[in-house]
Amino acid sequence: MKQKLKEIHDRAIATLKEIGQMKELEEAKVKLLGKKGELTAVLKEMGKLSKEERPVIGQLANEVRQDIEQKLEEAKKRLLAAEQEIKLAAETIDVTMPGRKCTCGHKHPMSIVIDEISDIFIGMGYEIAEGPDVEKDYYNFEALNIPKDHPAKDEQDTFYINGDILLRTQTSPVQVRTMEKGKLPIRVVCPGTVYRSDEVDATHSPVFHQLEGLVVDKGITMGDLKGALAVFAKELFGKDVKVRFRPHHFPFTEPSAEMDVSCFACGGKGCRVCKGEGYIELLGCGMVHPKVLKMSGIDPEEYSGFAFGMGLERVAMQRYGITDLRLLFENDVKFLKQF
Amino acid sequence: MDIPMSWLKEYANVTTDIKNFIEDITMTGSKVEGYTTMGGDIENVVTGKIKKIVKHPDADKLVITTVDIGKSTDLTIVTGATNLKEGDYVPVALDNSKLAGGVKIHSGNLRGVTSEGMLCSIQELGFDLHDFPEACENGIYVFPEAVELGKNVVDVLDLKDDVVEFEITSNRPDCFSVLGIAREAAATYQIPFQYPEITVQEKAGENASDYISVEIKNPELCPRYAARVVKNVKIEPSPRWLRKKLRAAGIRPINNIVDITNYVMIEMGQPMHAFDIDCIAERKIIVRNAKDGEQITTLDGNVRNLDSSMLVISDPQKAVAIAGVMGGENSKISENAEAILFESATFHGSNIRVTAKKLGLRTDASSKYEKGLDPNMAWDAVNRAAQLVEMLGAGEVVKGVVDCYPNKREKWTLNYSPEKINQLLGTDISEEQMQTIFEHIGLEVNRQNHSVTVPTFRPDLEAQADLAEEVARFYGYDKIEPTLAAGTPTVGKRNRGQIITAIVKQNMVSSGLCEAMTFSFESPKVFDKLNIATDSYLRKTVTISNPLGEDYSIMRTTTLNGILSSLATNYNRRNESAGLFEIGKVYLPKALPITELPDEISTLTIGMYGKIDFYDIKGIVERLFEVLGMSDKVDYITEKNITWMHPTRTASICINDKQFGYVGELHPQIATNYGIGTKVYLSVIDMPALIEYADLVKEYQPLPKFPSVTRDIAMVVKETVTVKEIEKVIQKHAGQYLESITLFDVYQGKQIEKGLKSVAYSITFRATDKTLVDQDVTEAMKEIVDSLSNELQAQLRDK
Repeated sequence: MKQKLKEIHDRAIATLKEIGQMKELEEAKVKLLGKKGELTAVLKEMGKLSKEERPVIGQLANEVRQDIEQKLEEAKKRLLAAEQEIKLAAETIDVTMPGRKCTCGHKHPMSIVIDEISDIFIGMGYEIAEGPDVEKDYYNFEALNIPKDHPAKDEQDTFYINGDILLRTQTSPVQVRTMEKGKLPIRVVCPGTVYRSDEVDATHSPVFHQLEGLVVDKGITMGDLKGALAVFAKELFGKDVKVRFRPHHFPFTEPSAEMDVSCFACGGKGCRVCKGEGYIELLGCGMVHPKVLKMSGIDPEEYSGFAFGMGLERVAMQRYGITDLRLLFENDVKFLKQF
Repeated sequence: MDIPMSWLKEYANVTTDIKNFIEDITMTGSKVEGYTTMGGDIENVVTGKIKKIVKHPDADKLVITTVDIGKSTDLTIVTGATNLKEGDYVPVALDNSKLAGGVKIHSGNLRGVTSEGMLCSIQELGFDLHDFPEACENGIYVFPEAVELGKNVVDVLDLKDDVVEFEITSNRPDCFSVLGIAREAAATYQIPFQYPEITVQEKAGENASDYISVEIKNPELCPRYAARVVKNVKIEPSPRWLRKKLRAAGIRPINNIVDITNYVMIEMGQPMHAFDIDCIAERKIIVRNAKDGEQITTLDGNVRNLDSSMLVISDPQKAVAIAGVMGGENSKISENAEAILFESATFHGSNIRVTAKKLGLRTDASSKYEKGLDPNMAWDAVNRAAQLVEMLGAGEVVKGVVDCYPNKREKWTLNYSPEKINQLLGTDISEEQMQTIFEHIGLEVNRQNHSVTVPTFRPDLEAQADLAEEVARFYGYDKIEPTLAAGTPTVGKRNRGQIITAIVKQNMVSSGLCEAMTFSFESPKVFDKLNIATDSYLRKTVTISNPLGEDYSIMRTTTLNGILSSLATNYNRRNESAGLFEIGKVYLPKALPITELPDEISTLTIGMYGKIDFYDIKGIVERLFEVLGMSDKVDYITEKNITWMHPTRTASICINDKQFGYVGELHPQIATNYGIGTKVYLSVIDMPALIEYADLVKEYQPLPKFPSVTRDIAMVVKETVTVKEIEKVIQKHAGQYLESITLFDVYQGKQIEKGLKSVAYSITFRATDKTLVDQDVTEAMKEIVDSLSNELQAQLRDK
């Protein structure tokens, strides 16, 4: 019987190695281990064995059975893996074909710039203030220390509705409106649309955007102005940007300055973009003029502040390399989808 | 303002090179726009002497010259000029040389003869007869006297000068002059500033007041009028040194008298004018307002119509000049003028600006006057002119200045506190350093009182903050240490309106729309184009009194035109589809005429065309309300009365029956008006309503513990019955377990009788506390079916 069991075992291992299909495997399983299978047949003859032989052969038969079962399992795994492989091979696709995208819209480049700059200042503790486009002469000029006969008031620059009401030429009137509310300290930026009487061309538009900033508190210094704007410039243009403050004149600040940033194109070496200067003018700024504080009901002896203002179209155009301002107002989706 | 460096250096001995100078003076506040080097283009052009001239064998109009340039071999140069003779000294452009404007000269073959360079005219060197009156107009420049050979003509003719262009801010009229910039330069480098010494000999004797009298009728517009008389005038070209300075400053030399007035204007910033004294009736100057309709022919030959706001210089009979703008032809100095009057006057800045603008005649003089000049400068200026007359031998100066100066402008005193200045700047500058700076810019420092006396040419120095700026400028803005303000901490944030606006924008973008930006003013013609009723409030506009043109003349009362024009642009450029949105304001007057500021209402506008229909744009709007947590409050009501919208494909968007927007198809006629040949879908929503109704508070709903049951129902109703009506009935009668109803089919066609439609829903039930049994749902469904049948005459469709 030992011999028989060994033969069954050897034959089973040989058969299972050869099997290439699941159906054959099932057949083999029945043939070997089924009720009418070979191993069962051998075991049925166990009764004929002697008392001494029976446990020995029994153990052997069990071992053979276990081994065959294990081999069957292995053969099954092998066949399944092969089947899977064939199936996966049949599912080949061209992964270089384009993906399916859901349509996504785009923010206007001006919006992107406005939001980004606003966020930088929000991070520095500023709120966003807003004011009307149609504004009183008082807020746009007089309260900003621009007296009646100042050239900036000249009709050629300003759109008037009537003698007292105009389209704001700058976002600075929002400064005055904020100060008038009397809530101190003040840290605000005011992005907005402004209007000047310029014909439309590649670099001019009668409607454009500015962002104004105002800080009023006790003990604000010109050093604070430089510090805040340097942080802003580094956030907007990257940490390698250099800033330069030049004296300038604005009626509503004293001292006044213009801030230049190192040229984006050449990094400050001097090129065509910066006309060889290495710097590009970014914004006007200064310490709020005591007269302006006083007119808005803030005591200049107790409080001081700084203000700044910049044109935003230029920032957007420089950032994206847009060379014609008119593109910003045409709203061609081929343009808008680029941002 | 163009400042020749050589001229500036007469008053402030700047020794640094031009590039550093530009950088340094920019950083102290005189912004440099750029600089040019006069004669800088010219290279390799030397002095030469013509030894021999022979005719060209093969060209009638050419000659061959032999030119000595101080070297061992002479050059052979072919020229067409006819003004040359042997022995003339001339400028010679050698092989590989450059002329004005960068023109390159090489040796070349001219009709078989090699020309080893070129003989130059004065024009080829970048100048003209105004600069070199001795030059030949159409020929080679011939030096008037012998010159050393082989020398660079740039040096020999003294052509070279650096000219720096400054941008002068409006608060510094004193810097519109060589002296003003020189004073700034001296302060920048802390070197001495040398004001010119002005002395007049008055060799003619007599008294100017015997020649002329001056009366100012309007001292507000003319604070000062100073005049000098020069007799035995000899008009001729100015000497080369003077012509060179004027040319460098951008002024064309004319003759000695005109050049002197320009010289003083450039040097001191004081415009001057010269009259022929014989042209002044009764020899009496009257400064008065013009009469309305008065005319004068100005020096440029144009007749100018004046009005009473303008100031003229007049004699008892006629105006002889428009004050501060331009002289009259009737008092122009003629070649044989015997005596002339030099005017050095001060006029009201903005009055001159307005006059020049009205007349369209902005001159060198008016652009200086419009900044507002210091009347005390007029005295030195008129004497400086007299001094130059004597220097140039242009005439004999009569004794005395006729000076009409009713209200003398005096210097003023300002106190300063070094602590406060340092406090404002965030610096630690010593008082001594501040005083040095003050002195360098021409202030008198009173050390005991901590005060300064301000000269009248610095009207911008009114208070301590102005002095702080002067200190900061010359201390150096770049030396002020950047700090981050300590002060009271504040929280940076957006307010509710700004947050909701940002959410709306983000949501529009995620719905596939591109953000547009359009002008807020437009043409009044848009109302007809949009078929807006003639009596609509939208036609009441805020109107610009001085627009760029009618097309930009009214502040918009509707955002439609902007978005439709943009869609039209896209359509015309053959973009297959376009979906745009804009958040922009409309401007609605409170009353007309405008006496107070209009209401500015922020508005969301969506405009689309392409492969879409009404339900695409409505879906965008619905999702927006979902995101804003206000879906439940919003109703859509059929809207037939918006004149620019499709009358049967538009819904108003309401909350509590109050409309705050609409969505629908644009009326095809309006699409045609805009040249858009396809269906356009629009939605307009008031932002204030979104800001009011948005509910951003989120509350967690427990996830369902028990399974739901879904039943489908299909019914046939009259086609006029809206889905909303059906849903209302279902909601009302479905009982407590209703979870949701979902429309999945609306059908009209073959199997459905005309005038009816089939509508199908999935209705889902769920209980929060048990698993529903069949009976619960069956009862609810029966209730629904019965009420649909009763209330809407709906017939259940067989499956």
